[in-house]
Amino acid sequence: MNNEQLKEKILSLDPSLNISEGPQYLTLSVTPEKLHNTALLLKNTSELSFDYLFCLTGNDLADACEVVYHLESTKHAHAIVLKAKTANRENALLPTVTDIWATADFHEREVYDLVGITFTNHPDMRRIFLDEEDWVGYPLRKDYTDNNIVTR
Amino acid sequence: MAFNIYDFTSFNQSIDKLLYDNLPPFWALIIEMTLIGVAFLLFYALVGLFLVYAERKVCAFIQNRVGPNRVGPYGIFQTFADFIKLLMKEIIHIRKADQFLFNLAPFIVIIASFMAIAAIPFGLGLHAIDFNIGVFYVMAVSSLGVIGILLAGWSSNNKYSLIGAMRSGAQIVSYELSVGMSLVTIVILAGTMQLSEIVEAQRNGWFIFTGHIPAIIAFLIFIIAGTAETNRGPFDLAEAESELTAGFHTEYSGIKFAFFFLAEYMNMFIVASIAATVFLGGWMPLHLGPLLTDLLGNWSLKFNTGVDFIPPFFWYMGKTLLVIFLMMWFKWTFPRLRIDQLLKLEWKYLLPINLFNIILMALIVLMGWHF
Amino acid sequence: MEEFITNSKGKQEEEYIVNMGPQHPSTHGVLRLKISLKGETVERIEPHCGYIHRGIEKMCERLTYQQIIHLTDRMDYLSAHINNEAVCLLVEDALQIEVPERVKYIRTILDELTRLASHQLWWCAFGMDLGALTTYFYGLRDREHILDIFEETTGARLLQSFNVPGGFMNDIHPNFIKRVKDFIVYFRKKLPEYDELLTGNVIMKERTNDIGILSLEDAISYGVTGPSGRGSGFACDVRKHHPYSAYDKVEFREVLYTKGDSFHRYKARVEEMWESMKIIEQLIDNIPEGDYAVKMKPIIKLPEGEYYQRVEAARGEFGVYVLSTGEKYPYRIKFRSPNFSNLSAINKIAAGFKIADLVAIGGSLDLVIPDIDR
Repeated sequence: MNNEQLKEKILSLDPSLNISEGPQYLTLSVTPEKLHNTALLLKNTSELSFDYLFCLTGNDLADACEVVYHLESTKHAHAIVLKAKTANRENALLPTVTDIWATADFHEREVYDLVGITFTNHPDMRRIFLDEEDWVGYPLRKDYTDNNIVTR
Repeated sequence: MAFNIYDFTSFNQSIDKLLYDNLPPFWALIIEMTLIGVAFLLFYALVGLFLVYAERKVCAFIQNRVGPNRVGPYGIFQTFADFIKLLMKEIIHIRKADQFLFNLAPFIVIIASFMAIAAIPFGLGLHAIDFNIGVFYVMAVSSLGVIGILLAGWSSNNKYSLIGAMRSGAQIVSYELSVGMSLVTIVILAGTMQLSEIVEAQRNGWFIFTGHIPAIIAFLIFIIAGTAETNRGPFDLAEAESELTAGFHTEYSGIKFAFFFLAEYMNMFIVASIAATVFLGGWMPLHLGPLLTDLLGNWSLKFNTGVDFIPPFFWYMGKTLLVIFLMMWFKWTFPRLRIDQLLKLEWKYLLPINLFNIILMALIVLMGWHF
Repeated sequence: MEEFITNSKGKQEEEYIVNMGPQHPSTHGVLRLKISLKGETVERIEPHCGYIHRGIEKMCERLTYQQIIHLTDRMDYLSAHINNEAVCLLVEDALQIEVPERVKYIRTILDELTRLASHQLWWCAFGMDLGALTTYFYGLRDREHILDIFEETTGARLLQSFNVPGGFMNDIHPNFIKRVKDFIVYFRKKLPEYDELLTGNVIMKERTNDIGILSLEDAISYGVTGPSGRGSGFACDVRKHHPYSAYDKVEFREVLYTKGDSFHRYKARVEEMWESMKIIEQLIDNIPEGDYAVKMKPIIKLPEGEYYQRVEAARGEFGVYVLSTGEKYPYRIKFRSPNFSNLSAINKIAAGFKIADLVAIGGSLDLVIPDIDR
């Protein structure tokens, strides 16, 4: 399916979704409440079957945090970007997609560790790289400071 | 056939006579024992060092490398240098280890291999003790080493060591059976357990040639099981470095580590010695048996006299080194087995084959089908 | 020594916890695997990463795109050139620059040489994991030839950083073509030795057949890519499905195996070496004449927006995600490293097998630790 058809198909399944076209991929933006259901829809609809989550990125935007999911279908060879923005930065919460794509387990832990987005219902929400006990703050946040950071 | 093999007995007896003539019998005995002890210590150390060097050269040969080549000509002093280094290294004290057992373990391992070497005939008359149950004694003593390994693993207070020691225990207990059974096959053929008589019985041809197919099967099983018993690759699970870092001797350093290291090589030497003695005729030169003598007539006699000029000690060493080379070859070409595969190989394949082989050998001896 | 944990029935049950790493010969780096054992059987594996975490993504937020290239080397150091290329392709795509054909060809050749060198080193290490120490020297012997070629052309043996946005830092060395051709002739003779020494060995087959099975569904779900994923039948070769550089001009087979055990992951890698040689042979004689780089502005600013570039690194799919605000620094850059996803499946693959199998499985996944931690 090309991007046009993909857009039509997704809108026919759920007309309330917000789809915009990027230079490479279609971008599907959802609210945290709808994230899990939309993800299930993308994975389980047989015409879409986005079964391969090839990248999961956490971004710190100025007013909120955002998670970008790059999805691909191994069956139909089409790709899409799913985005979910948290309500605020201080208490960034998103539902997990670990039960849908197992690779999200580690990637979400990484995002929690570095960007500070907590994923609810995640089986093992701990820091993955940094020290669980004594590391303060989330390094990839834009306001993170550290005595050792070099700023130019 | 008049064989003229160099005999050490007269040399030994002259020293014995000299001592007993000049000293009271008690002191003569003490001095004799000390002399033999010192001789064995020297031999032990030299063989150990040589084997380490040989292994490095053989391994380098198999791996497209040169091997040690800096210390002395062809690097022959490399192992001496390494040994001095090991002597000077700090002995690390493990605070939470069981100190007594931790210190005891390397001695048990090295004493076990020491005791085994005493019963091996190196040449005609060059034999410290000639037990009438020689084969049995060597078997029993060489398997004592596992106690040291188990102690080392247990007392180190290290999980890798413990796993390594447990593996080693399971392995040695299992393969001891195969080693024993394959030797029993030859004992049936030779009709004696005394090592000197076993060698003597091979005067007209080594057992591997005269013993028909069962002897060859027994030899193969002995080499496999012997390699396993010495914890060498591909059966080196006890110290599998990619899994257990260094297995049972992970926590050992300096001279205590050197003891384990040396004992490993000496165990290899002992296994190879037994293989050479029992299957390949020990110090006995390669003689053509009566069957071939009938066939070739005079030529075979000339051949037999000719080979007797090579001293028996060289025959013995040559055969032993050949078997050792085989074992090194295994180690440097095969991947390692897994513990359950190792036990499966023993209990499901080697042991049944071995039992069948013994029956076959008994049948052959009974019917007189051997040469 | 034993840690006691309470099982679901509330009964005290002994679990033998062993830490494999961070200093351990078979993790090939500073990875720590916390393993619960029951006898020799692995019950559960909990990977602990971060021992070599350098915060590359954070550093990149203060670096220009040319500088970022030099950090991508330090992730998967064995596919350094491929990682470099990913950033270059992303920048070129974003600025809509068409690089000369010559650059595309040479990039593809260097990619495949990198892949060959990486797979050779993997083969060495895999043999060592299984306890066959001799493999190490056979692999390194052949890898040396590739590193010499790299050294001559790029000036570095391991971390080349030869790519710049728009092409290369320099043209290839005059000897390059001849030496690559010689190497292919040489390695076509040497690669069968690998099979003779290890592939056909009985013990090797016993140790890897039916060990560590990863089903196709799990491979996709865990995002296990590269030869590890293709051993499970996951058609994930970026070179085939999203061709870049000169991959659309060459004929090659996407190596796919179906069983997903250690042996098929092994076979997939060995087969890939043959395919890599095929690709190089098709390109090496046809490198077009022309410039080795497009003239670029000294300061590169990507237009506002999001960019994503996928390439096939030696261990799987490598991705770069850039969120640009139009500055000379990226606002956010994320590297999708293949090993991180491959590692996440290790509990699924290895639980229930023996410790020795875990080592074999780790070897067959071919993990490079700095790539996991970034």
